[in-house]
This record gives sequence, C-alpha cells and structure tokens, in this order.
Amino acid sequence: MRVASRLIAAQSRPTRGLRSLALLSAAALGAGYGLAFFSAPIEADQGFVQKIFYLHVPLAITTLVGFVAGGLLAAQHLRTGDRRWDVRSYVAIHVSTVFAVAALGTGSIWARASWGHWWVWQEPTLVSFLIVFLLYACYQPLRFAIVDPERQARYASVFAIVAAAFVPVNFVAVRMAQSFTHPRVLTDTGGSMPGSMRLAFVACLGAIGLLHVTLCRLELDAKRVRMRARRMAMESERAAFAAPAAAAPAPPSAAAPGVLVAGGR
Amino acid sequence: MPALGLHAAWPYVAAAYVVFLVLVVAYVAIVASKITRLERRLDGRDAGHGAAGRP
Repeated sequence: MRVASRLIAAQSRPTRGLRSLALLSAAALGAGYGLAFFSAPIEADQGFVQKIFYLHVPLAITTLVGFVAGGLLAAQHLRTGDRRWDVRSYVAIHVSTVFAVAALGTGSIWARASWGHWWVWQEPTLVSFLIVFLLYACYQPLRFAIVDPERQARYASVFAIVAAAFVPVNFVAVRMAQSFTHPRVLTDTGGSMPGSMRLAFVACLGAIGLLHVTLCRLELDAKRVRMRARRMAMESERAAFAAPAAAAPAPPSAAAPGVLVAGGR
Repeated sequence: MPALGLHAAWPYVAAAYVVFLVLVVAYVAIVASKITRLERRLDGRDAGHGAAGRP
C-alpha cells in the first residue's frame, strides 16, 4: 500500500508534459497580451476599453470550439465504447463551461463600458451565447444524476453530441440575424482590423486556446490519479477482506477457497 | 455612447482581466486541492497500515 500511495503521489505531481505545456501557455499569454497592450494601437472609436476585446473574443471562440470538441470526443466514445473518450469529452466541456463564465463576465463588463448596460436582451449574439451556456450548464447535473457509470457515460455522450450540433447552428443563425449593437468580428474583412491589431488578436486567441488545452490536461491527469487511487483502495479492501477468510481453517464441507471468499461477501 | 478616456476606461479593463484571472486561479486551486486531499487520505491510510502492522 505504501508503494502504491508513493506511486500515486509521484503521479499527482505535474508530469513533464503538463509542466512544459503550462510554461508554453504562460509564455504565449505573456507574448499575446504584451502585443495587445503595447503594440496594438488604441482603437479610435472605443478607446482603451477595446483592450477587453483581446480577452473576451478569444474566450468566446475557445469556449465554442471546446464545446464542439467535447461533442466530437463523445461521438468517439459512442463509436468505440472506450471510457477514456468520455472522460476527455467531460473535461473539454467542463473547462469550456468555465471559459464561458469568463466570456460572459468580460463581455458584460465591456458592454457596461461601451454601451452603458451590463446586458442587452435584444442582441442575438449575447442571448444565443447565454442559451448555449445554459444548455451546457445542464450537462453536469444530468451526468451526475445517473449512478450507473456505463449509463452515465452513454447518456452524457448523447447530450454532448446534440449540444455540440446546436453550437454551429446557433452561430449561423446569429450571423443571419440583424445585429443590434454587438459588432461582428469574424468577417471577410477581419473586422476591419489593422495588421498589428490582427496579429495581437491571433496571438491572444492562440494563447487562450493553449491555456484551454493545458487546463484540460491538468484535469485529465488529476482524474487519472483519482481513478487509479480508487481502484487501488478497492483492491486493498478486497485483499483485506479475503486475507482473514483464507487464514481461517476451512470447514470440512468447503469445496474450494474461492467459493468460500465469494460466499463471504 | 462616447468613448471613455483612459482614466475612466482602465477600471473596466482591469476588472475584465481580473475576472478571468480569478476564474483560472480558482479552477487550478480546486483541482490542486482535490489532489492534495487524495494524497493526505493515502498518507493516512499508510499510517493506519503501518500502525496495524507494528507489533
């Protein structure tokens, strides 16, 4: 047991892959936001408050991509039956939900600074993002309401696929709707951004994407350690239960030790 | 609405970045605390096993 727990303790420390990924995302975030604050020009229309754009838009894009990725991973789970895909799908959706909260929070602050309102219900972009967020907010309660792990994974995968299909449909519908106040960024003209602004935006988008991947990796590693610990605890309990039964003198009518242990449960 | 000046705009910009930072730090702290709790539980198990094994 001592060896097992040392093994788990060693595994719970950040692995080399995770550590280098974390360092890479920290460097990318530093470079991206360095460009956003010190190289990209101050926008003429909104002024300094437009710097929120470099955080809010990459967060929103990464969130939606993460939700779609969660659906694709869930489809892979249903196709192969391998539980690892379900765990990956769960983690992608979990991290994306956290990013969605950040996108809603930063967007609301930006709206207050530029439009004078924390929220505009007439704006389809805002309301559709909120609907997508609320849809995914149901994912965890639905998942953990099911006790049987097999059924839990299967139902969660179906939900993830349906919800992921909803994301691009929603995106297209919003594009087709008339914008009220929210600007459109991903247009043919690139939202009319000058070169240095576009470079800073792409760098920030890459950095936020990398951070998403790092957080997914962190949670996956933590989950792996927890699962292994649970398995080991169950095995040690089983061994502790089986040991006295094996040590006890067998009654004359006992057929085999295995039968005795099974009957003892 | 007219554009805010640097003086009026920076609290909003700072608030947006702080919201994001707090969320990420809270997320990492929750994951780390779960791992620490697991380690502590395993250490406790080790100590229990050691005490039980001692004459």
